[in-house]
Amino acid sequence: MAVVEREHAAVEVVDLGTTSLRELNQRLHDLAGGAPGARHFRIVNPSGAHAVACGLDAEIEVEIDGHVGYYCAGMNKHATVRVHGNASTGIAENMMSGRVIVDGNVSQSAGATGRGGLLVVRGNASSRCGISMKGVDIVVGGSVGHMSAFMAQTGCLVVCGDAGEALGDSIYEARLYVRGSVASLGADCIEKEMRDEHRRQVAELLEASELDADPAGFRRYGSARQLYTFKVDNAAAY
Amino acid sequence: MCGIVGLFAKAPGIEERLGEHLAAMLVQMSSRGPDSAGVAVYRDPAPSGASKLTLYSADPREHWGAVRDQLHEAFGACEEPSVRASHAVLVAAAEAEDADAWVREHRPDLRAMSAGQVIEIYKETGLPEDFARAFALEDFRGTHALGHTRMATESRVTTEGSHPFSTGLDLCLVHNGSLSNHNRLRENLRREGIEFQTENDTEVAAGYLAWRLREGASLERALEGCLDDLDGFYTFAVGTADGFAVLRDPIACKPAVLAETDDWVAMSSEWRSIAVLPGAADAEAWEPEPGIVYAWEKALV
Repeated sequence: MAVVEREHAAVEVVDLGTTSLRELNQRLHDLAGGAPGARHFRIVNPSGAHAVACGLDAEIEVEIDGHVGYYCAGMNKHATVRVHGNASTGIAENMMSGRVIVDGNVSQSAGATGRGGLLVVRGNASSRCGISMKGVDIVVGGSVGHMSAFMAQTGCLVVCGDAGEALGDSIYEARLYVRGSVASLGADCIEKEMRDEHRRQVAELLEASELDADPAGFRRYGSARQLYTFKVDNAAAY
Repeated sequence: MCGIVGLFAKAPGIEERLGEHLAAMLVQMSSRGPDSAGVAVYRDPAPSGASKLTLYSADPREHWGAVRDQLHEAFGACEEPSVRASHAVLVAAAEAEDADAWVREHRPDLRAMSAGQVIEIYKETGLPEDFARAFALEDFRGTHALGHTRMATESRVTTEGSHPFSTGLDLCLVHNGSLSNHNRLRENLRREGIEFQTENDTEVAAGYLAWRLREGASLERALEGCLDDLDGFYTFAVGTADGFAVLRDPIACKPAVLAETDDWVAMSSEWRSIAVLPGAADAEAWEPEPGIVYAWEKALV
């Protein structure tokens, strides 16, 4: 038993300079459903490869040393994925649960359509961060680009810096918290009162993200519920 | 989808191996553009009083010596041609405009891919890796270069439809994206005297920049004009005699990443191309913001 524990505590290093991406992802997929194997991976030399650590479905920890390409940690379930670098388009897109933490900046559509879990970006996120988010929580240490939280359905987007143009355009029920300036609000997105329950929520998300910011400094934005989809007269159209 | 790469040397070691680095970057973008590839390399300035043309011939047995003799006769002097695959560089004792005009008039079977003091443009259909080998990119020394891998959407896969496009003397444009108002804009530019040789949308953007520059706009102003006058998706990289500039449309669907070290500045559609450069792991890297012109120029010495 002691041997097994030691195996589990060990970090397995995978070099993407010498191991194919498919082989790496297959090894990670083989751990789904609690199958035996290493529980902690360190991936080196990602060199901007796409789809690194995609589709994970196990309570494992994956650390990536370097910058990754598109769709890293997409569809993540249960796993914790840490990127010690920048990530390109679609980091943690459609994540279901678990955690994805990026030390650097991320490109567009971070956390797109995410249904659960927590995405933390310590740097800046580019345009369309949290587009169509459906329950994921996203915390950004820096700023987010234009059209962030476009058609966001539920979940929280916390931005410690500024937000670009058209924040929350056509938003449904997601909550948006921004500490800095908002260049402009999108269609049907309005500022809302920041009550104690909201400050508590921001405090919890910041703590979970290991980011230091005063929850009292944030403002809340959400849906005015005035667009077509919110009119009962149009309910029959669906 | 297409791939764009750009490399600007800040250190002599990078200038020495510019072509080798450019080829490595280009090959990384093969999956974004497998049908054609091209580069613009800024190198070996023509001596004072002379200028440089990069000519393309569809005839694989083109007799470049005869072209050289014709230019020699027309302008009094022309160096021996430097031939790479379907292209040849000729340095003639003429103003670049005059040499370019001469080719149009006397050798309409050839195509001047570039004209100027320092620019050389090479482009061809096929995989980037095959292109890099056929044109021996690894031999190039130079100050800076742009490259493009094409996945055609708006026009046919031809050598002429490949990028970079010349936008004037020592100027070129590479493009990732597609323009939707290129037909109307082409007609408007034709009325201004700008010539077009293909149905390609990027050639229209190149023509637009050439027109704005001809009318006296600075490169930065000309690029900013794109934000108002071009409809569509684009990440542009523009090469000049002294450096290059990058612009993304305001929607910014088309990717771009910039990176800089003490030795180089690089741009690419994806990090994969930059990861192959020396010292990339420690480079400062960022995504250019939409609608902002980023430019690097070599200090004139």
